[in-house]
Formats: sequence, C-alpha cells, structure tokens
Amino acid sequence: MKTLYDKLWEEHHVTRLDTGESLLYIDRHYLHEVTSPQAFEGLSKKNLKPWRLEANIATPDHNVPTTRGSGFNSEQIKDEISKIQVVELDKNCNTFGIKQFDIKSTKQGIVHVIGPELGYTLPGMTIVCGDSHTSTHGALGCLAMGIGTSEVEHVLATQCLKVSKLKNMLVKFEGEPSENVTSKDIVLYFIGLIGTAGGTGYAIEFAGSYIENISIESRMTICNMAIEAGAKVGLIAPDKITLDYVREKSFLDSQTLEKAEDYWLKLKTDEGASFDNEIIIDISKIKPQVTWGTSPEMVVNFDDEIPTPSNSPDNNKKNIELARDYMGIDKATKLSDLVFDKVFIGSCTNSRIEDLRQAAEIIKGRSVADNILEAIVVPGSGQVKEQAENEGLDKVFKEAGFIWRDPGCSMCLGMNPDQLKPYERCASTSNRNFEGRQGYLGRTHLMSPLMAAYTAINGTVGEPS
Amino acid sequence: MKSNSEGLIIDGIAAFIDRDNIDTDQIIPTEYLKSIKKFGYEDYLFDGWRYQDDGKLGITKDERIINEEFILNIKPFDEAKILLSRDNFGCGSSREHAVWALRDFGIKAVIASSFGDIFYNNCFKNGVLPIKLDKDEIETLFKKTKEDILEISIDLQKKQINLSEKVIHFEVDDHLINRIIFDLDDVDITLKEKNKILKFENERIKNKPWIYTND
Repeated sequence: MKTLYDKLWEEHHVTRLDTGESLLYIDRHYLHEVTSPQAFEGLSKKNLKPWRLEANIATPDHNVPTTRGSGFNSEQIKDEISKIQVVELDKNCNTFGIKQFDIKSTKQGIVHVIGPELGYTLPGMTIVCGDSHTSTHGALGCLAMGIGTSEVEHVLATQCLKVSKLKNMLVKFEGEPSENVTSKDIVLYFIGLIGTAGGTGYAIEFAGSYIENISIESRMTICNMAIEAGAKVGLIAPDKITLDYVREKSFLDSQTLEKAEDYWLKLKTDEGASFDNEIIIDISKIKPQVTWGTSPEMVVNFDDEIPTPSNSPDNNKKNIELARDYMGIDKATKLSDLVFDKVFIGSCTNSRIEDLRQAAEIIKGRSVADNILEAIVVPGSGQVKEQAENEGLDKVFKEAGFIWRDPGCSMCLGMNPDQLKPYERCASTSNRNFEGRQGYLGRTHLMSPLMAAYTAINGTVGEPS
Repeated sequence: MKSNSEGLIIDGIAAFIDRDNIDTDQIIPTEYLKSIKKFGYEDYLFDGWRYQDDGKLGITKDERIINEEFILNIKPFDEAKILLSRDNFGCGSSREHAVWALRDFGIKAVIASSFGDIFYNNCFKNGVLPIKLDKDEIETLFKKTKEDILEISIDLQKKQINLSEKVIHFEVDDHLINRIIFDLDDVDITLKEKNKILKFENERIKNKPWIYTND
C-alpha cells in the first residue's frame, strides 16, 4: 500500500545511484529571470544544451514593473539592474530555444499562476522550478518542488533531479469553515500549529472533507504555503474538481485527455497506506488568521492578543521579543491596535481570479480608509487580469481607491519598484513576513484577500463586517 | 582529492547568531538576487543586520553605514569560517544566492539544530558544510561562545567537530559530504547514466503521451 507521493516517486524513478540517491525524471521545468541566469551560464560552459526543450516554460515575474501598460518591452525597465536580468532571460530563451511568455505577452504572469492556467501543469507530473513556491502545483496532484540554481542547471542538462526520498505526512482538514474563513486562513493556522520547521523533510499530502470541497485555486493557496511549514512538497490527490479544471485549461485533444484522465483518477493514496506523521484538524472552529511577527508561524486569530515574551515558553521568549521589536508592536495588545499604511493583494499565494473576486465583493461600494497610503491589486497573470476586467472587478477596486496593476510578483518580495518604505505596515496576501521581505524595515502582516480587503476599508485589522 | 588545508579539515573561528528561523531573506535580501553572476555576494551577507542603511547591488561594504554591534563586524569574527545558529537555519526561499553569500564571505560550515530543506541541499553544491547537531550540543556551543572566542576544527572525513576538550560527532550522508570533499559535479555524474535516462524517457513518451504534447 502506497501513498500518492510514493506512487509519483516510483513513477518517475529512473535509477538509484551507487551513492544511494535517486535520479527522478522531471516532466515540467518552469523558469524565471532570477534563478536561471547562472544555470544557463553553467550549461554554456559545459557546452551542453537543454535535454528536452519542450519541458521548459519561462516567464519573467520577480523583477517586472507592474505599471507597464501595453506595448512595454524588457528594454523599458527603468531599474537598470532589473532590466539586465529580464533581458538576460530573453537572451537565454532565444539562444537555447526555450518557450517564453515574455514581458510583452498577454499570457505573462507569476510562473506558478500561468503554469496551471495555460495547461502546462498536469496531474501526475513531476514539476520543478528555481522557486520554493513550486509546491503550488501539487494542488493538481503533481510532485512539485522548489530547487536551487545548481539544480536548475542539472535539470536543464539531464532532465532529472538527483534526490533522496522524503518522508510522508498526511494532513486532514475536516469540517465546514466558518464565515469569512478561506484556504489562506486554514494554511496559516496549520503553519502556526506545526511551526515553520514542522514539515521539514516531508512531502505533505493534504486531504479531508474540506479539501475535497474546495476549488483548485483554494487548493493552490494551501500547497503554495507548504514550504512555509518547512515542506518542499505539498500535494492533493486529483479528483473530479481537478479534472474539470484541467479540461477547461488544457490544449490537449479530447482523445489524449480522456486517456490521461483514466490514469489521473488512479493517482491517490491506497486505503491503509501508512504515513510517518498524520495530523487531523477540525477546521470548523478556525477564525480568520493574521500574522503578527516575522515568521509565518507567528500567527493568531485576528482578534486574539499578540504573544508577549512573558506569556511565552522560555525557548521562544527571545524570538518573540525580537519579532515584536522589529514589527513595532510596542504597547499594542491586539492586531486591531495597529494602524496600517499599505495593502497588497497579489503574489503566487493569492492573485488568482477567485482571490480577486473575494476581495472585490467586500470592497464594492466602499472606500479605502484615509490612513492607507496605498492599496494595490496585482493580478497573478495577464489572463487573470483580463478575466477580472471582463467581470468589472478592476472598476470595483479603482472606485474604492485601489490601484490596479499589471501582473508580477510585485510587493511580495519587492524586487521591482513595489516596496514598503521603512516602518510602513502592510496588510499582505503574500506568503512571507520575514524582516525586510517587502522592503527595507517594512512590516508585513500576512492574511487572506478577504481580510486584506477589510483592512483596506477599516484601516486596521478588525471584525470582518 | 583536495589537500587537507583545502577541504578535509575546516579550522577556524565560529561566529554565532542566537536566534531561530534565520530565513534566506535575512541571509541575503532580494535586492541582491538581481545579479546574474555566481560570485561577488560577500558584502551583502546578512545585509539587513550588518548595516544601518539600505543597500543596493553594486554598492560595497566601504560605502555603507556599518552596524558595529553585529557579530560579523566585530573582530575577530569578521574572519569567521564557521557560523553557529539555532533552529531552522536557511528556511524560506530556494535562492542559492544565500549559500553563495556565505561562501563568498568565507563561511565554510554552518552549525545549527536544523536547516531549511532546499538551503541544506544547496550548501553541498557550493562547498559549504551544514552540520546538524542536537539542541543540547548547540546549547553547549553557545555557552562556550560566552566564555571565550570559539575556535573549532571540523574533520570532514571523520565527521567530527574537535573542540579543545571534547569531540562532537555529526551525521551527514556520505554522498552529500563527498561532494565537498571530492569537489564533485552533479551534472557530470548524472550524465554517466545518460542511457538509462533515455530508455526511461522513451518508455514514458509511449505510455504518457500527454506529457510530451505541447501547444
């Protein structure tokens, strides 16, 4: 009896090396401008070519400005250093013949958003990318993980990854979510529970009645943040919801698709298969979650008190003190005592159409609070942007005082001009609240698009209403 | 094989940062990921803690406002070859730049109670040895840093840390540490299996055609 991870591992296992490591065959390799230039350089130095060109799909996302407008090209990027990196991706894709959705393309976007929506991510695939949030693709039943630049070069050169097998963890989310609770809240709660190292060394399979009932977009939010729990791999067995999603996005002909579907539905953990760790969580009592500190595990119910060193265990006092200090929490006891400066709705965690619909629903007919200096919405891709505009969501956001941007990673990590200024406090739908993540000395509070929308309107984290 | 002084023994002063969850954004902030080079990251290691101003790629250490209290700015730790920390070191992103920054600064080993998975793996590909010790041993080492400057000798082949009065053994997979000892290149090793990969791929093309169909 095998787990889903075991099955995908065996399915892609090429050979076991003398060293004990395995060569795992890689079906799909996504590339972006930040972690690929040194890999292409390495490939050239060895005089090698990509093993299988068609496995590779590239797009620039981290560095791209989000105020581009139509007809913008790589050479027009104002930040000279960012420009070099994006132009380098253009050059490398041209030189090696890799398919790229470049900055001019209407299909460009965050690599983890465009992969599934353009039909390149299919159930049962092994997928890698030089980006830790590659676990996102696990939502479609893939074995997907982030890799370093040396491994990007290795996959380009050999179509394989040299790895050891991970342990198996099963996380079951059972029950019905309360009002205003989204998959972002569920995954933040989970990270708070097991900690940012709790999943280290594991592939986590998410299951349970909650998972069975949510959309692929919501599942992607959960798998996306598996890495924030320490797990390189997060995955969910394909089901009818997965197949419906794939059918809608796929460029495959119906005959090929039908053959594939028979196989995809078999991709699930056998009854009675054993896991190294199993956790069952009743999600019905979970409230909207908001982070208060500088690690995703520093998360509380939106209306709970923020931990203090004195009410924390000894081995955590110092971490809490450092985080409170950095976050400027000072005398605040609750998140509602903190005044926000910026709101960011976007990132590979929460920039899909469903996320934008949820936020727009709250914002409709209301205005961004006076203390919010800037509230931006950055759709995850050109296609998400177009869909949102067709539904009139852009107007809803703009009328409320939000700025509507072009797709990219944007303020999730501030490699482009979208950054926090020192000490600015941001309600962010992204995935990491690390020190300086959104800008030097910036303060990030992670939350769902829904809670970010409420924070934009109220100016503080308050009761969703 | 490298000579002893090059790879089999790491001798040096250990700098220490006493906190958990030091993420890759702390090791090197995103600004410096804009470089397309594989070297030259030494001035940006722990940028947010090491300096009191906001940096930019291309601006060197000498042009920055130094945080005199940060350990890597204090002699003799500015020449540390070993870094001691706590839990979950290198969590966060997959950026290999984090390891390149440690390597370029001169750090050859990081000792912590646990590491982020992707960071741990990236280390061995760049000659930086991550050493996992249990929390009690980490605590012992931190206590020592309070008494005196901690000088350590790490024997890669014996997998042990030699302190003046005791020896601490550590566990690491042979295939990983051998990459450092023998300076191995993964691509070269894997391409020796070229025929097996081709055979596997040909089978897969037959059985799973949808993977090989592009638009």
